[in-house]
Amino acid sequence: MYWNKEVETMPREKLRELQLERLKKIVKYAYERVPFYRKRFDEKGIKPEDIQKLEDIRYIPFTSKADLREVYPFGMFARDLSEIVEIHSSSGTTGKPVVMGYTLRDIEVWKEVMARSLVAIGVTREDIIQIAYGYGLFTGGLGFHYGALAIGATIVPASAGNTRRQIELMKDFGTTVLCCTPSYALYLAEYARDEMGIDPSKLKLRAGSFGAEMWTEEMRKEIENRFGLQAHNVYGLTEIIGPGVAHECMAQDGLHIWEDHFYPEIIDPETGEPLPEGEEGELVFTTLTKEGVPMLRFRTRDITAFKPGMCSCGRIALRIERIRGRSDDMIKVRGVMLFPYQIEKALLEVQGVEPHYQIILTRPHHLDEIEVQVEMSKETFSDEVKEIENLRRKLEKHLEETIGIRIKVTLVEPKSLPRSEGKAKRVIDKRGLA
Amino acid sequence: MKIKQLSVFLENKKGRLYEVLNTLAQANINIRALSIADTSDFGILRMIVNNPEEAKRVLDEAGFTAKITNVIGVAVKDRPGGLAEILKILYEKDINVEYVYAFVEKSGEEALVVIRTNNLDKTIDLLKEAGVKLLDSKTLENL
Repeated sequence: MYWNKEVETMPREKLRELQLERLKKIVKYAYERVPFYRKRFDEKGIKPEDIQKLEDIRYIPFTSKADLREVYPFGMFARDLSEIVEIHSSSGTTGKPVVMGYTLRDIEVWKEVMARSLVAIGVTREDIIQIAYGYGLFTGGLGFHYGALAIGATIVPASAGNTRRQIELMKDFGTTVLCCTPSYALYLAEYARDEMGIDPSKLKLRAGSFGAEMWTEEMRKEIENRFGLQAHNVYGLTEIIGPGVAHECMAQDGLHIWEDHFYPEIIDPETGEPLPEGEEGELVFTTLTKEGVPMLRFRTRDITAFKPGMCSCGRIALRIERIRGRSDDMIKVRGVMLFPYQIEKALLEVQGVEPHYQIILTRPHHLDEIEVQVEMSKETFSDEVKEIENLRRKLEKHLEETIGIRIKVTLVEPKSLPRSEGKAKRVIDKRGLA
Repeated sequence: MKIKQLSVFLENKKGRLYEVLNTLAQANINIRALSIADTSDFGILRMIVNNPEEAKRVLDEAGFTAKITNVIGVAVKDRPGGLAEILKILYEKDINVEYVYAFVEKSGEEALVVIRTNNLDKTIDLLKEAGVKLLDSKTLENL
């Protein structure tokens, strides 16, 4: 099932022609309308006309999140505010927020790519879709809303939070599709079961689109088992459009990038050079059609790899692997680089703990210490110290074997770690505070 | 002749023990015997209480991790070597004692002790055979 069969299944050569045509146009457009780009191009001595083939994209300078912050609020806008119909913004917790403006046509594109995404996981007008991503400046809620609206599904715009009500809505309305962050999905399942006596697998949910934070295959299995649904991975970011930059199809085998609108590259984060297919690196996007704020070679900080080969679903769009980390989330402990997802994956491979954990970094004696606090499952609690110690040692051993450094494991009580209704805070770095 | 023990997981956090005991007090639960096994990261609070099911229910509700396990209660002669005699019986039959702790009160000339072993049924048989007085839940209620 496709939303836009012609584009989703067009031959790759034709797609590349379309991409080149659009790339040339957007580069010229950005150069002419956004002083930031003109300055960058001029400094490097390149002109929009230098872009003659897709590979020439590598001559274009990168755009970083820091660049976007510097021109706060409207410095990247290519259109007059009178033509901007909607504004979204990042939360700005790590500095000035990033502000994006959409023209009416940008919203149409967003609708289109989100509709493709939802149709790819089987959503139809018969579905009742509960959107538990935040509505507001955050792109999650409205992005899903537009896509579902285009399809004609019945939208329950629940927004984030108010957990008890979310579950009541799912139960009373017979919600069939759930959209939220994966950590919130797990919390919803737990809350339904423990606080409301509702078996989440008895709800009518059959599919879900989860994203906006890092998660793992193990978490996918947990969510699928608890709710009895098919859990899909969505990818997006405010700078490019919001959710709907890439989405999994029913094959659950990588996320299709809607390449006719977003041109992807994977580069070596250190050198900036493009990497061969299949190699892990930083994802970079150029928006091919965006009018409000065109993005040229935006560095996402997200680490992933292109998936080689074609998907069984028939879509020609390139696929990326699930996001493996953010170059910002990368933790460096005693000189070793690691990502929270590696720890999560290793923890869940051992029976007896819940997918709720926190990583705590300290530097007590000028040496990094890493501790993982993980909730043991209620059933695992034994009244014998040695049983609990055995579980703890098993976890430590498994972490050391899979990650390669010693990590202290502390088992904590079920439900004692803070829960989030949005993005889970997994890493607490106290090294600077010592 | 097994008696029910209430075990609670205690994270190594300030005030955690107080919170458990206060929750039990509010529910009018009386503690007959108590011990804490502790490690550097956590402790396990083990208790014999007058109403273990109700105690577990209130603790669960308050968000604690509690569990009911079976143990054996024995009356030990209150004189030197009283407990050692009992442990000798178990040791000779190759039974491992997981833990032992004593009741708060005494009954007459006897000290009351909680024992958990790796084989409760066999322990009960052996102690009965040796004429050791075992406590049942009825006796505990009347303490």
